[in-house]
Amino acid sequence: MTQLARPATRSGTATAERVRQPGETVVRIGPASGRVRWRHVAVTVGAAVVVVLLGAVSLGRGDFPIGLPDVLRTLVGLGEDTQQFIVLELRAPRIVVGALVGLALGVAGALFQTFARNPLASPDVLGITQGASVGAVAAIVLSGATGGSGVLDGVGVPLAALLGALVTGLLLLVLTWRRGIDGYRLVLVGIALWAMAAALTDWLLTRAEIYQAASAYVWITGSLNARSWDEAVPLLVFLAVLLPAALATSRALGVIQFGDDTARGLGVRLIPTQAAVVLVAVGLTAAAVAAAGPIAYVALVVPQVAVRLTGGPRPPLLASGLLGAALVVGADLLTRTVLPQALPVGVLTAAVGAPYLLWLLVRGRRRSTL
Amino acid sequence: MSSTTEAVLRRQDPGGDRSDPGPDHHPVAGSRMTPGRGGLLRRRRTRLLGLLLLVGLVVVAATLSIAIGSRSIGLGTVWEALTDPGVPTEESVIVRELRVPRTVLGIMVGLALGIAGALAQGHTRNPLGDPGLLGVTAGASLGVVLAIYLLGVGTPAGYVWFAFAGALLGTVLVFTLGSAGRGGATPVTLALAGAALSALFYALVRAILVSDTDSLDAFRFWVVGALSGRGADVAWQVAPFIVVGLLLALVNAPALDLLGLGEDVARGLGQRVWLARLVGLASVTLLCGAATAACGPIAFVGLVVPHVVRAFTGPAHRWLIPCSGLLGAALLLVADVIGRVVVRPGELQVGIVLALIGAPFFIALIRRRRLAGP
Repeated sequence: MTQLARPATRSGTATAERVRQPGETVVRIGPASGRVRWRHVAVTVGAAVVVVLLGAVSLGRGDFPIGLPDVLRTLVGLGEDTQQFIVLELRAPRIVVGALVGLALGVAGALFQTFARNPLASPDVLGITQGASVGAVAAIVLSGATGGSGVLDGVGVPLAALLGALVTGLLLLVLTWRRGIDGYRLVLVGIALWAMAAALTDWLLTRAEIYQAASAYVWITGSLNARSWDEAVPLLVFLAVLLPAALATSRALGVIQFGDDTARGLGVRLIPTQAAVVLVAVGLTAAAVAAAGPIAYVALVVPQVAVRLTGGPRPPLLASGLLGAALVVGADLLTRTVLPQALPVGVLTAAVGAPYLLWLLVRGRRRSTL
Repeated sequence: MSSTTEAVLRRQDPGGDRSDPGPDHHPVAGSRMTPGRGGLLRRRRTRLLGLLLLVGLVVVAATLSIAIGSRSIGLGTVWEALTDPGVPTEESVIVRELRVPRTVLGIMVGLALGIAGALAQGHTRNPLGDPGLLGVTAGASLGVVLAIYLLGVGTPAGYVWFAFAGALLGTVLVFTLGSAGRGGATPVTLALAGAALSALFYALVRAILVSDTDSLDAFRFWVVGALSGRGADVAWQVAPFIVVGLLLALVNAPALDLLGLGEDVARGLGQRVWLARLVGLASVTLLCGAATAACGPIAFVGLVVPHVVRAFTGPAHRWLIPCSGLLGAALLLVADVIGRVVVRPGELQVGIVLALIGAPFFIALIRRRRLAGP
């Protein structure tokens, strides 16, 4: 990643000077060289700082406010037992899950939108989160947990959601595949899968007892309530594998945008790259959804916000992820502090993210690309 | 719009010339600028044949819809019930009071959704340009949820006006916000404004449904989209809006063909772009708003039908729009009939049947035909 590289000396050669755009610097480290766009770096670093700040504030806030000194003391293991429990066992995992889910969804959304060259192509629209919903709602509605025996006894909701998302994602890949993946076909197949999954979910909800429907509906909205390290640790493992993979596709992804023939001509191995991008994006979405439910619209809205903030040609991966994390952690903080009633975080992400995107749209210059 | 951005948009354009590799594939109207007469005649014949076929399909579907149900009624009895005003028998009451209003409503809603889909895809130039993405469905959902939550409304006929008001509010807001930027309304800003506003509306819907179980209990049966339980009164309530919407759509078709060449070209040819957009959006709002108000959100018709129809009409909207309407009506009726048959004596709601049957069909179509790719 060029923006992580140490900014070395500004290149003085004539060629580098000529291709240089305003607001960026050419960096050379040994044989490698790349451009650093300062606005991009600023947005990425700024988003990371915001995530850390929101997380720190979140640790102290809630039904039992804890002051910053006490929070710091518990973090190094010197707090009282109650505070220790509240901060480390209740709040910390919840914040970590929120941040990781936002990160995964933001990156997945940026991958899909760039790959399909369509700002509406996000895991929400392509049916992957809906597939997870089918799995989870089926597990809630058809399980015998509430008396009687059911078809899906013993399958936990997160596992069912993970399976639902992965099955839908694989279907998306297989059904789109025809000597490679065409972005346009991906979007159309995705929307068809979405419609089927949405219909199944709605139908399951009409078949359920109302109390089951209510708890299923909370899950569909996406919630961080009662998330523990049991959710946080597997998510962390998933992301440790998938996030580097996503970032590794970044450069090829930029080349793919010029069209298949150009990409091939520039030496990208097209079909493995396409499959890798889609699989990584599906994996990220599935992991996120299994942990917290399909938190609404993060993957759709955040990459569009990120691309408008950085002013680049396509949604930046890392910045989208960090902004997604900031959105989810911030929305969760709002649900726990400002609102009179504890709402699932999925309500707030849409309520906060959507007006911001609208504001950028109204203010922004005319953009007709991604 | 620069030529690059134009090219990028072209790539996403379902109404572009890619789906039609024939000799006369100009986006406006093949017939006017066609190189050879053979292609012209063949194209026109295909379109006319298709149109007639669709009319026949609607008639057949309507007949099935009147005859088939939890109690099958023979065609002779149906004919008697419709023509003979004599002593009402049980069958004739079923036909006149239940089946006929339901079929008429199905035709109206199908027409409206198919045409609204064609218009929405034309105006957003996005294959995902479902009316739902322009804020109609989200607005209607919000209207219905508020009606349930605040006023305790609980019948399909009671939801109609609230759903319609919500749909109206949704589209007007999407259009205002989508065109408020410095560049005016472009396909991308419209689609994004629609997505963002839908997100906002659904957030409110979810906030209410998560906190109030009674509202969820009523809403979950509205949101699947059904023709059952709607009498003739619902059909009469929405009919005027659908008629006006249909007329506006037909008026809008030539302008939409010009807009397909790009806004600058259309302007150069004397088209008032904002007026064309306004008429189109008004039509989508009326049609889709009325349909959603009557039956609840039925997502798949507006999305799939134009893609299917484009395969034989080509991208010219003056053919695409009427044909989409007819296919929409036929599709909705057939799906409704299937829903009545599969789980007798119960019913599967038409919205669910449509998605479960329509989606695999749509995927097969995408894979068979070169809908995608240049």
